[in-house]
Amino acid sequence: MTAPVTAKSIGAISCHVCGLLVSSRLTTTHNARCPRCDARLHSRKVNSLSRTWALLIAAGILYVPANVYPVLTLISFGRSTTNTIMGGVIELAHSGQMVIAIIVFVASVFVPIFKIAALLFLVVSVQLRLKVQRRKRAVLYRFTEFIGRWSMIDIFMISILIGLVKLQALATVTAGPGAIAFAAVVIITMFAAMTFDPRLIWDDEGDDYDG
Amino acid sequence: MEIDKDFTYTESLIACPECDLIHSVPSIREGEQGRCVRCGALLFVRHKNSLDRSLAFALTGLMFFILANIFPLLTFEMEGQSESNRLIDGAIAFWNAGYWELGIVVFISSVVAPLAVLLVLITLLLPMQFGRSPFSPQFQIRLLTHLKPWAMSEIFILGIIVAFVKLQDFADVSVGLSLFAFVLMVAATVMAYLTLDEDALWSRLKEIRA
Ligand SMILES: [Zn+2]
Ligand SMILES: [Zn+2]
Repeated sequence: MTAPVTAKSIGAISCHVCGLLVSSRLTTTHNARCPRCDARLHSRKVNSLSRTWALLIAAGILYVPANVYPVLTLISFGRSTTNTIMGGVIELAHSGQMVIAIIVFVASVFVPIFKIAALLFLVVSVQLRLKVQRRKRAVLYRFTEFIGRWSMIDIFMISILIGLVKLQALATVTAGPGAIAFAAVVIITMFAAMTFDPRLIWDDEGDDYDG
Repeated sequence: MEIDKDFTYTESLIACPECDLIHSVPSIREGEQGRCVRCGALLFVRHKNSLDRSLAFALTGLMFFILANIFPLLTFEMEGQSESNRLIDGAIAFWNAGYWELGIVVFISSVVAPLAVLLVLITLLLPMQFGRSPFSPQFQIRLLTHLKPWAMSEIFILGIIVAFVKLQDFADVSVGLSLFAFVLMVAATVMAYLTLDEDALWSRLKEIRA
């Protein structure tokens, strides 16, 4: 067995926009750009691990107000109901809308916490130079990056309700401060997934081989 | 694997975007795809008439986007009073309620980014259809890459469905014409992306410039 041949090992950089394989000799100058699409060239994402860490900590802190504060209030015939993210799920379940309740639960409750946990695990596994299950970790990263945006369902739902239901005393929906924290968690974890460089999972594989 | 020591860039090899492993570019047939042998990431896809089809879907998408903004999405009725909303009303409502951050987020992800994706695709592919170079293909392709994650129309549709179900509990809600246009716009945009073969795009650009 020989060590795997990577762009890095042959002194090349793969453009992150168009995929062109460029010699790193072109990048000895500052701000080297791709000859095909003109994007900036980096062998690995810059400060990937520390940026991902910082974003995950921020997301973890905001996760608390996102779930504690109400995201919307419905006033109808003088009666008002206030919902948190989880409260909205429970209400849907009570009204018999199990399928929708499960979709909202997965998108709003499960996905954000899963995403934070998965990215934490990936960052730590790279820092500990874990050698096992690289392919499974690569799949975990791809999955995490794919599902992240779906948590926005609740924000869109709230935007539609407050834009539509404004019949003063009869029925009015207003947004709550939890919505800002929740949207921030979704967007910050999207950035955290973007700053993590999955190539780091594989980078020390070559060390296992002789020579 | 032989690598020319003096290369500045090469189109005969590519590195996996997710694990950096070098692969030689295979001659795969139309309709086939190639994945990384080490991590399984998608490396190549070949489509028949990729650029023509992608342009056709993008133009269709733009037409439906315009329709989706003309008519109401949902109409809500209670005690003889009714209210309708358009696509941009959600963003405006957040803004007016003092949640301007959310107004901007919703405006970008449901209106600006989906429209920009279609416009960039059209301004890129339409001139090429007539053998001309787009005004700045490099910038347009980079813009497309950066816009992609923020265009969330398909998620917005699920948001509409959840809102619809919630309202059904205490009022009469009906679906407006725009909702159908919006769903078709999302389908056309997804198809425009799926049929776009970036290698075909670069080689066509090279031909036009030569
Ligand atoms: Zn490039
Ligand atoms: Zn790979």
